[in-house]
Amino acid sequence: MKGLFSLNVLTGVLNSMIALATPFLYAAIGETFAQTAGVVNLGVDGIMLLAAFGAFFVTLMTGNLWLGLLAAAAIGLAMGLIMALISVTLKAEQGVSGIGLYMFGLGMSSLLFKVLVGTVKTVQGFQPVSIPILSTIPFIGPILFNNSVLVYGAFLLVPLAWVVLEKTNLGLKFKAVGQNPAAADSLGINVVAIRYLAVCIGAILAGIAGASLSISLLNLFQDDLTSGQGFIAVALVYFGGWSPIGVLGGALLFSAVNSIQLWMQVLGVNLPASVAVMLPYILTIVALMMTANRARQPAALNKPFDRSEN
Amino acid sequence: MTAAREAVRPKTGRVEMRDIVKRFPGVLANSGVCFDVVPGEVHALLGENGAGKSTLMRQLYGMYRPDSGQIIVDGTVRNFRSPADAIAAGIGMIHQHFMLVPTMTVAQNVALGLPSGRGPFTDTKGVSKEVTRLGNEYGLKVDPDAFVWQLSVGEQQRVEIIKALYRGAGLVILDEPTAVLTPQEVEDLFTTFRTMLTEGHSLIFISHKLYEVKAISDRVTVLRDGQVVGSGRTCDLSQQDLVHMMVGREVKDPDPRPHTPGPELVKMQGLKAMGDRGLEALRGIDLSIRSGEILGLAGVSGNGQKELAECLAGMRKLSSGKLLVEGHDMTNATVNERFDRGMAFIPEERMRDGAIREFTVGENVFLHDHMSKRFRRWIFLSFDRMREHALSLVELFSVKTPSLEVPIKNLSGGNIQKLIMARELSRDPFFLVAAQPTRGVDIGASEYIHDSLLAQREKGMAILLISEDLDELRGLSDRIAVMYEGGIIGIVDRGSSTVEELGFMMAGVTLEQMRKDGASTGKACP
Repeated sequence: MKGLFSLNVLTGVLNSMIALATPFLYAAIGETFAQTAGVVNLGVDGIMLLAAFGAFFVTLMTGNLWLGLLAAAAIGLAMGLIMALISVTLKAEQGVSGIGLYMFGLGMSSLLFKVLVGTVKTVQGFQPVSIPILSTIPFIGPILFNNSVLVYGAFLLVPLAWVVLEKTNLGLKFKAVGQNPAAADSLGINVVAIRYLAVCIGAILAGIAGASLSISLLNLFQDDLTSGQGFIAVALVYFGGWSPIGVLGGALLFSAVNSIQLWMQVLGVNLPASVAVMLPYILTIVALMMTANRARQPAALNKPFDRSEN
Repeated sequence: MTAAREAVRPKTGRVEMRDIVKRFPGVLANSGVCFDVVPGEVHALLGENGAGKSTLMRQLYGMYRPDSGQIIVDGTVRNFRSPADAIAAGIGMIHQHFMLVPTMTVAQNVALGLPSGRGPFTDTKGVSKEVTRLGNEYGLKVDPDAFVWQLSVGEQQRVEIIKALYRGAGLVILDEPTAVLTPQEVEDLFTTFRTMLTEGHSLIFISHKLYEVKAISDRVTVLRDGQVVGSGRTCDLSQQDLVHMMVGREVKDPDPRPHTPGPELVKMQGLKAMGDRGLEALRGIDLSIRSGEILGLAGVSGNGQKELAECLAGMRKLSSGKLLVEGHDMTNATVNERFDRGMAFIPEERMRDGAIREFTVGENVFLHDHMSKRFRRWIFLSFDRMREHALSLVELFSVKTPSLEVPIKNLSGGNIQKLIMARELSRDPFFLVAAQPTRGVDIGASEYIHDSLLAQREKGMAILLISEDLDELRGLSDRIAVMYEGGIIGIVDRGSSTVEELGFMMAGVTLEQMRKDGASTGKACP
């Protein structure tokens, strides 16, 4: 138990916290875009799984990580288009189509893995890149400035998403179609196009989240690689109150708990592993109960837009 | 910045619609309608609900496309594919239900969907400045940095007009713009309209209120069943002519027979309650209603009328005070206990609180009565008896519906309201709370609803009539109480006050203050 509080362990915990936050950040910020525009995409986990496999497989075949990343983004985009087609154009129930998308991603990634790869293999993933000078700062340097490209990207995505949502015309349109699509329509905004765009941005980011697992953090693929992280990402959007900054806070909290439970196992703390693994999920439920604030929720969330009904 | 500058110069206001035909499944909404506007004029468009006014205007605004016919803007035939095209052609529309995003600021609502002077980034400062400038020029004062949810209904409407002006609209379509305003706000609005007209804008004014049509419009066109039934200069047509054209028959004003109300049935003592935003919405309401009396409740929306109605219906908890109905303490009674004691409610939001959209007409009749022994057989519902009862109500209240099996959402507002009224009255209540019973209801159905309220009054029912339509209140009520900021600011007897006096009370000026002011000005001018 004592070992848990040494400086080395603390550095380790923080280091893996930063790394583990990466998939949450991509997926949850992507989902923030979709939900701000009024579409709940519950298929995030499925997109992450299929994209994680795609990135892994392409990297395995070509040895080119960037092609792997591109494959993940492309798979995300394709699945985003399917989600948008079902929920925006065909106006189906978003929750159900999202779960369908998840089941598809789960099953398809497992099938393709069995057929195309078969056994557990690893790839050489994105390596840590030290940022000159900054990485030499004691304590903070190695934690913050010695990470892989995808980790940096995830943290840079937070301010970028905030600027897009709060400071740009496009962000205003996302919010308008999520709050009052009829008003947006009456001002000549193409509600369908804006929602497609938001869902697809979200899905591409979910794809990158999957890639961050398979070619940056774990460097392998297996069945149900995400173990539900995509669903936690959806919960983080609510937790973070539809704001990228809030999502960042939530992602760090969850990855901190995750990282602590990993280190507890490594250090052999006397706690059953299954209980430790449960912690982040229990935290999800508790955190959502504590933050059940619907005031900021997009008013048209989950509601298809139909001009003729008004 | 340059984009905004150019946009404020009004574009053309000359528009012509020729032989417009628009069909919806099963309905011919517009059949060969012709309509035109020239710069500097107000052309009023009159008609009952379902006459095709909104459909016609939505085609002009690019929301629907006509099946046939032409839309000609400034001499060029145009084919609008979306509101964006109509806006680009200099057409603006103020919808009956405001098209605003409540969680955004005024400036953000105005800028929404337009290119910004700062590339991809929003230009809040520039837009705010322009909003203030337009506000000063046209008498539309509103804080550009306030959030829309913080604004009163009147202010929200100003934002809507600023939105149209900011986009450089030469022609502005106004769909019932005065429905939710106080008489003073209507006066201010008309002043704004006159400023717009002198600058060369043109206006299309849709309204049910004939004296407003007479006051502001130059020409008037009347639609009925999708066709133009009359058109001409407003000064050549009397209000009676217009009503006759709209309804196709004579309509009489409500005329309650004078009678003395009976004993006091309902007593409210110091009712207090919280509103949705956690602020005190009712700050001590004392009212009493007698048998055979209609007590009108006036006030600008948002002054506690809605909360009072909900408290009476048992849908909102009172934080203090006492409600006595026939001597029984109903302060904390459940909704069912209230029904059993003979209370009935016509809710303001009829599609939210009064009916279930997807349920059929027949099912909606039985929302309360499914527990009643009359319609039950053991644990099952007796659909035969229910059907019979529903049919008799539909017939008695002449509800226009193809059958009992259609979803209620397919009926017009007036027919839905008649059905709700029929359902509530069929239980023989002695205390009725009617909130906005004729809002959005056409003249024919309004007349019917007014007549039934008066008939119930003669039978001895106590009625609380909550309305924002002062004509309705003055026509039906024995007394009118005015609500202001959660309290009753004054109560006047039938026929003892003018519209202006009621308007001042709705704005927070008490009768005593009015008399004092009147007296002091009297002294100042010898």
